[in-house]
Amino acid sequence: MKNLVILGAGTAGTMMANHLRPKLYLNEWNITIVDQYKTHYYQPGFLFLPFDTYTEKQVKKNGKKFIPKSVNYIQKKIEQIFPEENKVALEGETLHYDVLIIATGSKIAPEETAGLVGPLWKKDIFDFYTFEGALALRNKLRDWQGGKLVVHITEMPIKCPVAPLEFSFLADSYFRKKGMRDKVEITYVTPLTGAFTKPTCSTALSYLLKEKDIHMESDFAIEHVDNDTKEIVDYEGRKIPFDLLVTIPTNMGDEVIAKSGLGDDLNFIPTDHNTLQSKAHENIFVIGDATNVPASKAGSVAHFQAETLTDNIILYIDGYPLKKEFDGHANCFIETGNNKALLIDFNYVTEPVHGKFPFAKIGPLKLLKESVFNHWGKLAFRWIYWNMLLKGIAIPFVSRNMSFKGKVFDIKPEKK
Amino acid sequence: MPVKTIAGVEVKVSEDGYLEDMTQWNEAIAKEIATEIGIELTPKHFEVINYLREKTIAKEALTIRSVGKSGIVDVKGLYVLFPKGPLKFSSKIAGIPKPTSCI
Repeated sequence: MKNLVILGAGTAGTMMANHLRPKLYLNEWNITIVDQYKTHYYQPGFLFLPFDTYTEKQVKKNGKKFIPKSVNYIQKKIEQIFPEENKVALEGETLHYDVLIIATGSKIAPEETAGLVGPLWKKDIFDFYTFEGALALRNKLRDWQGGKLVVHITEMPIKCPVAPLEFSFLADSYFRKKGMRDKVEITYVTPLTGAFTKPTCSTALSYLLKEKDIHMESDFAIEHVDNDTKEIVDYEGRKIPFDLLVTIPTNMGDEVIAKSGLGDDLNFIPTDHNTLQSKAHENIFVIGDATNVPASKAGSVAHFQAETLTDNIILYIDGYPLKKEFDGHANCFIETGNNKALLIDFNYVTEPVHGKFPFAKIGPLKLLKESVFNHWGKLAFRWIYWNMLLKGIAIPFVSRNMSFKGKVFDIKPEKK
Repeated sequence: MPVKTIAGVEVKVSEDGYLEDMTQWNEAIAKEIATEIGIELTPKHFEVINYLREKTIAKEALTIRSVGKSGIVDVKGLYVLFPKGPLKFSSKIAGIPKPTSCI
């Protein structure tokens, strides 16, 4: 018997278990998946928790439900990967593998920023990238009296790069609905050159910040949080005061990647952009947030990657060359508040454009334009996630590579 | 795509003045872009610029953190070299694309 081991039972790992089990003979291949946590979270729902749009129950389920019965599911902490010996040490157990898939994801590392985890952490400073953080923030917002709300990105890359912007838009709607928008000043702080960094998006979407009265501070690389004066301070001494800081801390890959000597300085694993094979070891493949590929760290990306990676695992096992297929395809709904959303579709090289999705000219979803239908799409996606995506069921009419049908390249750069 | 003459060379640039083709870059172009921004380039600047170009050729994503850990300069030092937007300006001078997010 041969062994295929998947590390991590999040979105990417769970999808791989579901894709591969029917494709590998039961009498030839054992498939084992390892994850220390019992609960599988619907992470896109963390955006809605703080605003009381979703309940706790809507974003968590028992992970085991989504793993095929003929896959060996081990709930233990992963201690270290030994790539030269083809083995993985778990708590009190060692697994040998012929093929390894690493899907250990990324998580926030607030301790990377001085003063973030200080006296104000979870009192006036919150994250919403964890279940606990999003819940604590919800409780804070329920009776917050207003003041300076600062939504802040520490550094790139982050999981779901649009989430902080969506958070700002939803906060605007939330406070308007509560009749207290005039008591809240919203500032969006980014280390990049602006909220929209791609020319098509800055042209098509810049109106949103103005419309929602969101201030922006760009090129801000945080150096520390001053807990006494309640300010974030950058490397040049620029200071931004806050009453409530909602921050996206540094995102990093799992510590086990660092311990195993497999990662870069953020513990992300150097991975071939198109085949998803690790650059250092031919029998190690990487998927989802754990890779260092310059695609968004997002579930939709993991979904498209999973289709390519499944084919490549089979090709690898059978001794054929791998397909250089993955194109960085991402497809994301962006909440803009007031029950509207945008949809964007893009890849490594093509910026988001106008058009209809998934059917050319018909849609029904509109790309890069706000619509109520897109918002329903985002809400419906939770059902798709639990019932189709995790189980590896292809989403009809949405292909793994970006399609150019129905796309309209009509956004001209602004003349300066 | 706009074309601009920098240091006597016609180069393709993005709407905000970043070189579209990093192979068109040379040191004279770097110096002229830097002057426009208000930075006078020193050998230290070029060490950072060359590092950024190498990483870009290797298709690695650039972050302020990775430059800070490169051994050339720490983050504070990077700000001293390229004030008010270290990655933004260093990328522009290095003739590589502007660091972007997904939108």
